[in-house]
Amino acid sequence: MLNGYGANIVDGAWLTLQLALISMALACVLGLAGAAFRLSPVRWLAWLGDLYSTVIRGIPDLVLILLIFYGGQDLLNRLAPMVGYEDYIDVNPFAAGIFTLGFIFGAYLSETFRGAFIGIPKGQAEAGMAYGMSSRQVFFRILVPQMIRLAIPGFTNNWLVLTKATALISVVGLQDMMFKAKQAADATREPFTFYLAVAALYLILTSVSLLVLRLAERRYSVGVKVAEL
Amino acid sequence: MIFDYTVVWDSLPLYMSGLLITLKLLAISLVLGLIIAVPLAFMRVSKRAAVNLPAWLYTYVIRGTPGLVQLFLIYYGLAQFDAVRDSWLWPWLSSATFCACLAFAVNTSAYTAEILAGSLRSTPHGEIEAAKAMGMSRFLMYRRIVLPSAVRRALPQYSNEVIMMLQTTSLASIVTLVDITGAARTVNSQFYLPFEAYITAGVFYLALTFILVRLFKRAERRWLAYLAPRNG
Repeated sequence: MLNGYGANIVDGAWLTLQLALISMALACVLGLAGAAFRLSPVRWLAWLGDLYSTVIRGIPDLVLILLIFYGGQDLLNRLAPMVGYEDYIDVNPFAAGIFTLGFIFGAYLSETFRGAFIGIPKGQAEAGMAYGMSSRQVFFRILVPQMIRLAIPGFTNNWLVLTKATALISVVGLQDMMFKAKQAADATREPFTFYLAVAALYLILTSVSLLVLRLAERRYSVGVKVAEL
Repeated sequence: MIFDYTVVWDSLPLYMSGLLITLKLLAISLVLGLIIAVPLAFMRVSKRAAVNLPAWLYTYVIRGTPGLVQLFLIYYGLAQFDAVRDSWLWPWLSSATFCACLAFAVNTSAYTAEILAGSLRSTPHGEIEAAKAMGMSRFLMYRRIVLPSAVRRALPQYSNEVIMMLQTTSLASIVTLVDITGAARTVNSQFYLPFEAYITAGVFYLALTFILVRLFKRAERRWLAYLAPRNG
């Protein structure tokens, strides 16, 4: 299939999927932390959370990827000798990709999660407090489970954008499906064929994601009454 | 570790010319994208499947694939076909600027069409009934009532799309154009100062984003005033 490059590209697609899933997990952690910061009554914590989300969302993903990949490599190699490590460090593009995408989409998700937390009726948290729960228990037992339902539409959107943004990591040398397609295109001089194949794989990925997340939304909305017009 | 301001200062002219390229790419692709998006949006609200389906397929495929892949398909991909290389279009299709504008316009047209279609669907029925009661023809009703009303209500979402588009233009640096990101890549490869190079680019984009946000806030105050909550 595809002049023998089909298997190669499927390998790359697997790497793309892994990259997307792991960075989304990191983004969820950072997004939750960011949302908690931004909703915090402590003024400077809220300010820090706002700064994170505003700055990251105002800069293109590509610039952040290049900054963190090349800048991070530079920083590591300047810091390493101080702790007695003399060899040159080559940053692994996969790790750099996870870190970068996680960091970027954490900012976007903090916005989604913040909106979802605000959407939960105040009485819920107050009831938790009245039962004698600590604020951490209220956060994880009362607010987070209810927040998930409200966050799913925004989450779906961010997941789709993140999936598509993984293509950018090929620019810093990750051998994902975009990179493999470029190699195959250069070797066979049939760029259209290979980029079209990559486009099709991305389309499959986004379509399956849409279906799965729609099911999840239905699952989390069980018990929520919807008024028919 | 010190931030090397002199390098940033000396390469400011490069960043400024990059800024012009970024703005040019943004303006051309937004205008082209809007021109493609309006008929697509009307197709998307049609009840006839033969009209709706092609537009749905277009927006679904474009929105489901990365902009980088679309750009590569147009810039590198089309050269695969002899018919394209021999055609009169080749002088344009071999230019990175033209291909970038085309790819970005196609990309934004799909998102804009969906935004506009959503806005068209939420047209208050009273506006349409009033237009019909006035005896307007279908075309006149669309031109004078439905489209202006929908475009206004689409403004807040469209401002997000414009900012996304500003960020998308950075992809042009991958196909050899020297926009803001391209300027940063040039500076980084000349001096090997990644922090200085990319943070400067980041500051440029942040400033542009803030200006765009301000402009759209103004536009909303001007054209959406009748929907704003009344104070006092």
